[in-house]
Amino acid sequence: MITAAFRNLGARTLAALGGVGRAHLLMFRLLAGLLRVLAQPRYIIQQLYAVGVLSLVIIVVSGLFVGMVLALQGYYTLVDFGAAESVGVLVALSLLRELGPVVTALLFAGRAGSSLTAEVGLMKATEQLSSMEMMAVDPELRVIAPRFLACVVAVPLLAGIFSLVGIYGGYLVSVGLIGLDGGAYWGNMQSAVSFSDDVLNGVIKSVVFGIVVGWIALYKGYEAVPTSEGVSRATTHGVVHASLAVLGLDFLLTALMFD
Amino acid sequence: MQSTRTMELWVGVFVALGLGAMFLLALEVSGLAEFRDRPSYEVTAHFDNVGGLREKAPVNMAGVRVGQVKAIELDAQSYRARVVLGLDSRFDRIPADSTAAIYTSGLLGEQYVSLDPGWEEDYLAAGDQITSTQSAVVLERILGQFLYSLGDD
Repeated sequence: MITAAFRNLGARTLAALGGVGRAHLLMFRLLAGLLRVLAQPRYIIQQLYAVGVLSLVIIVVSGLFVGMVLALQGYYTLVDFGAAESVGVLVALSLLRELGPVVTALLFAGRAGSSLTAEVGLMKATEQLSSMEMMAVDPELRVIAPRFLACVVAVPLLAGIFSLVGIYGGYLVSVGLIGLDGGAYWGNMQSAVSFSDDVLNGVIKSVVFGIVVGWIALYKGYEAVPTSEGVSRATTHGVVHASLAVLGLDFLLTALMFD
Repeated sequence: MQSTRTMELWVGVFVALGLGAMFLLALEVSGLAEFRDRPSYEVTAHFDNVGGLREKAPVNMAGVRVGQVKAIELDAQSYRARVVLGLDSRFDRIPADSTAAIYTSGLLGEQYVSLDPGWEEDYLAAGDQITSTQSAVVLERILGQFLYSLGDD
């Protein structure tokens, strides 16, 4: 009874560690084959369309509403202190430092990451990956690597669009709806937001999130149990693990970047 | 599946949008644009105490923004704070004997430098120094003076 419990614990730990190890090995092989993948940008462009362009709608709409809500809530709080002019600062800093990279990565994990996991998992279940190997095509370089690179490129771009749309959404609410001074909105923002501290750190964050989300989504698909149940479970796990990783890493990166 | 050309077009639009967003964030939002399209000239002012003044704080005259604080450093000889003010070149007719004071906007607001015009015919130019300054109000010091004056009675 007790031995069985310990054995169970040990087996689970080994399985988890093995998963982490295989994920890292996959990453090393991707990095080793990077140049060969870059030599054929056609595949990356295809994937950039699937994960980037097709995610634009949800990113733009969410960014707009997040910015609008931030401005509204910020105004309600700041107006009590007579600092309503600082609402632009609040919107811009919240979006650039946190919400832009994080919400984009979470939405991306749900919108694009899940479809990547399902796609690769299904390829495995229908034995497309093994037939590629049969034809001497490396599925890691032909299937996984272009999708991974597309994620790394797409997430920072999407996060930039998210933040910009959000800031204009905040402008719509605070200047158009509430009637604050537009010059104060931009002026206070420009004097408080620094390029190297806020904009650049946000971009670095979203690059890291792009790597993590793409990596987890593709690894889950690649390692999926080749049954319909296995693929569906891999998809769920992919989104959950990617979201948790993004939130955890966000804390670490914030602690490192903004002292 | 769409044709490769349409797909490439959309990817191109997407990448351009993303890069454009980052460019706009850099210029419009973080105020890098101020260095780009607004020529300015620098004057210095020495303060006994700058309080919580920070770089990039606004420089106002009659409540209108005329520039921003470029740098704050300690003058090793006089132990006073040397503040470099970047004044907008549009405002090139500020009397040379103007005074600079550090005020706080509102109860909780940020600190800013306020310029009060003097009467001189000469105008401030790049590299000039504003001699007449008024330091930031340090709350602890006022409280100290207040308590001290109470003790006199």
